[in-house]
Amino acid sequence: MSDLRELYQTTILDHYKKPRNFGPLEAATAHAEGYNPLCGDRVTIHVLLDGEIVRDVRFEGSGCAISTASASMMTEAVKGKSRADAERLFQSFHQLIAGPPGALPGPEEVGKLAVFSGVRDYPTRIKCATLVWHALHSALGEAKSVSTE
Amino acid sequence: MSCGAGEARSAATAPLDVKRLREDFPILHRMVRGRPLVYLDNAATTQKPRLVIDAVSRYYAEENANIHRGVHLLSELATAAYEGAREKVRAFLNAAETREIVFVRGTTEAINLVASSYGRGHLGAGDEVLVTVMEHHSNIVPWQMLCEEKGARLRVAPIDDRGVLDLDAFEKLLGPRTRLVAVCHVSNALGTLNPVLEITALAHARGIPVLLDGAQAVAHQSVDVRALGCDFYAFSGHKLFGPTGIGVLYGRAELLEAMPPWQGGGDMIASVSFEKTTFNVLPYKFEAGTPHIAGVIGLGAALDYVQAVGLGPIAAWEQALLAHGTALLESVPGVRLIGTAPQKASVLSFVLEGVHAHDVGTILDQEGVAIRTGHHCAQPVMDRFGVPATARASLAFYNTFEELDALASGLRKVIEVFA
Repeated sequence: MSDLRELYQTTILDHYKKPRNFGPLEAATAHAEGYNPLCGDRVTIHVLLDGEIVRDVRFEGSGCAISTASASMMTEAVKGKSRADAERLFQSFHQLIAGPPGALPGPEEVGKLAVFSGVRDYPTRIKCATLVWHALHSALGEAKSVSTE
Repeated sequence: MSCGAGEARSAATAPLDVKRLREDFPILHRMVRGRPLVYLDNAATTQKPRLVIDAVSRYYAEENANIHRGVHLLSELATAAYEGAREKVRAFLNAAETREIVFVRGTTEAINLVASSYGRGHLGAGDEVLVTVMEHHSNIVPWQMLCEEKGARLRVAPIDDRGVLDLDAFEKLLGPRTRLVAVCHVSNALGTLNPVLEITALAHARGIPVLLDGAQAVAHQSVDVRALGCDFYAFSGHKLFGPTGIGVLYGRAELLEAMPPWQGGGDMIASVSFEKTTFNVLPYKFEAGTPHIAGVIGLGAALDYVQAVGLGPIAAWEQALLAHGTALLESVPGVRLIGTAPQKASVLSFVLEGVHAHDVGTILDQEGVAIRTGHHCAQPVMDRFGVPATARASLAFYNTFEELDALASGLRKVIEVFA
């Protein structure tokens, strides 16, 4: 049970049961979808960019505890950040759960997302945690291409 | 065919010595995550008895040679073992002739062979292939690809809320343009045992051939292709305690004779010149290139093994396991079984309220309990039941009541974690 609590931390379960920033975002300037065929998880991310700043971000979809909590906590983490900072946070988050053990990001880099460190020990679940981040990455990329038109 | 629950019950008088049989499977004695392995993912692949593992190693250690063309002793031995296994498959399926047994990589390749060779020759624009909602992707996608190529149409027979085929709707979908029916014998995601006798009778009354996907059937009941009356039957060795990478396509000789080869190469020819190539006779016409000889020999050993255990007693024991497992799961709060057909193989597909199947799978794995979670390569089934995924415990004859108890207590742990 103690091992499981490493993965299913209270914060993760809380965000799974009560996801924050869940639902459509009418003012969104970009959208992207992520799909994990392994578990059938689907997530749609809506982003409102104000210049380079992620002014608002919401998500929809159904998924496992890890992917839902990851989406919920990601929206909280990137809201108000610049696009570049959001992308940097994705890199740090990826390091946290899938990077080499010697190069783990410190708490100052990942903040509350540190609760996902337990995912490292469950290789089949890494995609669950990163799914929404990949979707965010595409949404931010899409926004970029839209803004250059 | 012997597959009904009725026969299973009558055969229950000869119970299996499961404890002793488990000794035949080395992997069943290993630990996972510090606990004894409880392997409940048999619909994905079954474990291998020592006899099969030894047959494969013995071939490589003592008889390894290419088949059908060597003049030396080892080639003779390998050829005899390979063709001996073909005869074992013939007997296992009660096919009329060994030339009706084609070795392929697995069920998927068998279906692709029929789609490619028979399908291309018999389907034109506006023609139809009829499948059911409960098919595995391997019995959907080859037909979609064929229909796309030919301008033909894939028709899909519906199922009810228990996962039972709607036979009336199925019959209505058999039309003047139906060129082939392709149906699973047993559903991998639901466990439903299809009424294949009725299906073949309805199709044959209209002159339509029938392919049965037997991947999930062969390990749980005896199969008699002549009694079933099917035209093609496909199965995989690895779901029948044999090696991966080997499978069987049974086809009625008359149909196979008329079908063109689907892959060219060595062994499938009688003679080759740059002007003209003459194809080999059945079944070699469909076995281009050096086959998976070790796999075939391993499959032969698996058939020997499973028949020695006895498919009658296996079916009876598995029905008892299924009844116990069903009752246990129904007693766990929040569990909903997906697939409750009255005629079922030993598959327990379920969802747990408030917990995603993937989380169920991870937590059970910590308890040493191996199940499958996801869409089981049957996304239309998930859509039909309105779930993104299910957790699936699928049983083999070596499973025990105690292992099902471990599953149920694992589920209680899941509920505790998510409480």
